[in-house]
Amino acid sequence: MTGYILRRLLAMPFLILGIITLTFALTSVTRGDPLAGIISDRQMTNPEVVAAAKARWGLDKSLPERYVTYLGNLMSGDMGTSFITRRPVAQDVMARLPATLELVTAAMIFGAGAGITLGVVAAVWRNTIVDHLARLLALIGASIPVFWMGLALLYLFSVQWGVLPGPGRLDPRATTPPQVTGFMTLDTLIAGDLRLFGNALYHLLLPAGVLGWSVAGTISRLVRANMIEILHREFITTARAKGAGELRVVLRHALRNTLVPTLTVIGYSFAYLLTGAVLTETIFSWPGMGSYAVSAARGLDYPAIIGVTIVGGVIFLITNLVTDIAYVIANPRVRPG
Amino acid sequence: MRAAARSFATGPLRPRWLKLPMACGLVILGFWLLATFAAPLMAPYDPLDLAGRRLQPPSAAHWLGTDALGRDVWSRTLHGAVHSLPLALAVVATAVAIGAGLGALAGYMGGVFSGVIMRLADVTLSFPPMLLAMAVAASLGPGLGNAAIAMVIVWWPVYARLMRAQVLEVREREHVEAARAAGAGRVRVLTRHILPLCWTPVLISATMDLGQVILLAASLSFIGLGATPPTPEWGAMISDGASQFYSWWVALGPGLAILSIVLGFNFIGDGLHDYFDPRSE
Repeated sequence: MTGYILRRLLAMPFLILGIITLTFALTSVTRGDPLAGIISDRQMTNPEVVAAAKARWGLDKSLPERYVTYLGNLMSGDMGTSFITRRPVAQDVMARLPATLELVTAAMIFGAGAGITLGVVAAVWRNTIVDHLARLLALIGASIPVFWMGLALLYLFSVQWGVLPGPGRLDPRATTPPQVTGFMTLDTLIAGDLRLFGNALYHLLLPAGVLGWSVAGTISRLVRANMIEILHREFITTARAKGAGELRVVLRHALRNTLVPTLTVIGYSFAYLLTGAVLTETIFSWPGMGSYAVSAARGLDYPAIIGVTIVGGVIFLITNLVTDIAYVIANPRVRPG
Repeated sequence: MRAAARSFATGPLRPRWLKLPMACGLVILGFWLLATFAAPLMAPYDPLDLAGRRLQPPSAAHWLGTDALGRDVWSRTLHGAVHSLPLALAVVATAVAIGAGLGALAGYMGGVFSGVIMRLADVTLSFPPMLLAMAVAASLGPGLGNAAIAMVIVWWPVYARLMRAQVLEVREREHVEAARAAGAGRVRVLTRHILPLCWTPVLISATMDLGQVILLAASLSFIGLGATPPTPEWGAMISDGASQFYSWWVALGPGLAILSIVLGFNFIGDGLHDYFDPRSE
């Protein structure tokens, strides 16, 4: 087990280097002209301006030279300057990361709660109408485009019925609390403003629900399969024979024994949440990494595109590593290859 | 007659693969396949025609209303299939060809070749798919073709891993050893004795992925990296709907189209999975 964890940790630097290299390589086989994102069409015909811009952004250098420079700068935390915001990409990303992490965490809580509930309900009432409905609900969550569902629910809940707030992290009139963690829910608590905390939570509800539902299906499917398997085991029969109530049997005896695989699938669902966050943030005007990535991609802002992709890859890599290691620790019998 | 129908639905006459979800999936897919080939015949208007007044809610003349330019949303939704379905098929077919091909070779040959291919797959799978697809699509420039290239780059490693694992397992079976002992060459052993036993999981995975590819393509178009206007592509149409937020019908058709077709592929994939692996029922 220790050997496995060590090997995984040792592979990390190489994988991260791989992520950086692949991102750099794939974004460099470009057919578009990076200069189009920097100077206006009219100035494109002026050779002096073009040459100056190329020199300013290092575009006159060869690809290997640019790669080596980029790697060197990255070592000191420099990801270059965004063509659009004209600020350091690292700074932009760091400013926007907490909003994404808050959304993804809330979505994960929602998705796990809904997924586990649906999975347990489906397993207990297996092959009844309840089971079919729970499975259909989960399957729809996995099939629906999040950006469309976000739009639809925003329209229904916010515009039509007025029960949930519009886009954004707080009401437009609210004053933002001083930034400590970047998590709006935590920052409002630290500022000691309960009303504002409620407002932040209220704003988080719809985007987190939309995003979370997309992974609830995967989670519920796994919980259902595991629960069905475990409900047939002998210790469940024993518990029932000893007079344990059905609720106790299901929650205390069966569900507890599905926790390890459940936590694992929740860990892996992080990738889907990061992917979905890109679109959810766009719909809900959420000032996170996802909406930053979208505006970078639309504006051909190469330093920002590369930076966001690398950071996303590294976050994804670390979550998967933690999930894998946690799984091995919780399951010493598993001997990974 | 009714007894016969009932017996087909539940009894011995019904083929074992045909369950309700599978049937739903096939009906949905059948409809969209029909639209792919016959959209111009099925649609009441041309998808690019300014057929009515702007932003009209659904009516008898325009079943799903009209968009900001007065184009018929129902006609555009039907024509969306012409772009989405062949694109998804092409992307998955290419990704399977590249991924499964490389994976099979990696599994069979092992060594440095396998190491290089699988590490490349590891690194590619280290990205959240949407972010990587966005980065590639942005570099290549907008357009459905470029989005397709980006999606193949994101998807091939899935099949490479799957195929390699299959080949590694089948390679050790006795019939392969027997074939080798009988003097079959390496190529013959791989193509005749190993590969035929490896396709099932790849096919199930590919069916499910068709839906996911449609979702990803629509997502890329939604943020402006896929189809370019005025192409009636579903993601781009939802993007139109987002900018006409209060005219809810503009995004309704394309949204339901994506939902139904992805649901259809998931139903079929589930059905195939249950058929080939009855333990999971």
